[in-house]
Amino acid sequence: MSACKDEDPRINRIKTSIRVVPNFPKPGIMFQDITTLLLDPQTFKDTVDLFVERYKGKNISVVAGIEARGFIFGPPIALAIGAKFVPLRKPKKLPGEVISEDYTLEYGRDCLQMHVGAVETGERALVVDDLVATGGTLCAAINLLKRAGAHVVECACVIELPDLKGRERLKGKPLYVLVESH
Amino acid sequence: MNSFQQLAKFRSYLFQTMEGNRKSCIPLSRRLAGEVSSPDFGWNLNERMISSRVSHSTAVHRSGNFPISPNNRLERAASVRPQHMETGDASDPRITRIASSIRVIPDFPKPGILFQDITTLLLDIKAFRDTIDLFVERYKEKGISVVAGVEARGFIFGPPIALAIGAKFIPMRKPHKLPGPVISEEYSLEYGTDVMEMHVGAVEPGEKVLVIDDLIATGGTLCAAIKLLERVGAVVVECACVIELPELKGRDRLGDKPLFVLVSPA
Repeated sequence: MSACKDEDPRINRIKTSIRVVPNFPKPGIMFQDITTLLLDPQTFKDTVDLFVERYKGKNISVVAGIEARGFIFGPPIALAIGAKFVPLRKPKKLPGEVISEDYTLEYGRDCLQMHVGAVETGERALVVDDLVATGGTLCAAINLLKRAGAHVVECACVIELPDLKGRERLKGKPLYVLVESH
Repeated sequence: MNSFQQLAKFRSYLFQTMEGNRKSCIPLSRRLAGEVSSPDFGWNLNERMISSRVSHSTAVHRSGNFPISPNNRLERAASVRPQHMETGDASDPRITRIASSIRVIPDFPKPGILFQDITTLLLDIKAFRDTIDLFVERYKEKGISVVAGVEARGFIFGPPIALAIGAKFIPMRKPHKLPGPVISEEYSLEYGTDVMEMHVGAVEPGEKVLVIDDLIATGGTLCAAIKLLERVGAVVVECACVIELPELKGRDRLGDKPLFVLVSPA
């Protein structure tokens, strides 16, 4: 993304704190494990700070986090910028009335759900997840928020796998990431 | 307020809840017996009783809809059947707001269960911030270096607390979610068993740990988390939840580990 962000010394520490686990969840996949980032309090704080610096004062009233690792990064950002946090969940986890969005996986389909009434028409929303790969999950999240009448301002992830071209699947919405992994 | 007055206030709260529609009550004597103060923290018995025993209105909703007012507060659906009036420690108004921000959904995930939905708390910016603040005020500067959050709603409350107190955050997860070497602990459900996992090497022996989840019911999940942490030599100083369902006696399953909660349905 921007040259300023790449020169930020915090970025390098974040990048090196992420552990790559080969052949998980299946052979051939190099899994980007953010749990090691969470073990370094300063690095975790830096991660949140980088997002907060970008989004505060931008009139964002909703941070939507995607289950489950989006639940780790989304709430601290929401609290710091004064937005509400909306969990986007796998089916049958949210009680009460929900709206659902199906999306395609590499093999098969999955579904993302959001509470009816969590977001009001016209609210400005940020979507947060730990990583963007193919963009399918983020796309489903964008669709849910749009259906509820919200305006998705940006998607934010710690990590992007640019070779999987997820950025192109975000329905024109911008994507901001801290590190790329090829 | 002297300790006698505190005790009188707590007894008053307890008798109010006993007069409600509770099917069973935990006698005051058992509550007192169960409230062992942790030597690490040095809090007095009365402070812990008052701070952790607050009930909230358990108005039953007929539908899942919840219109959000311009002030971002939850508006309860009409024609509800109130089960109990809000009582508890009025000295901290934050608790009152937190309690009233939690939505109760009947018959979820199955008939007969009144589900305590914290997502509405997360929609109330002040209530969410107050929730975190209440935990941070209790746990900062206590030498806690690890906050362990139980998947998935423990992931919402744990990280903000960890960040504020300068601790690392470790996710305690369902099976096959954590990559790399893990240790597993099986635990009982009402029907069958489940498994919780933690990363090998996440916690070092002797580290002081706080375990976080949104709610404690039977205590099975928290008990599994405690076991995992103790297996690697960590010291669990306390378990902390937003909500306790005291009738399910989860507190008793935590052994000698203390439990701190913010609200408890009457």
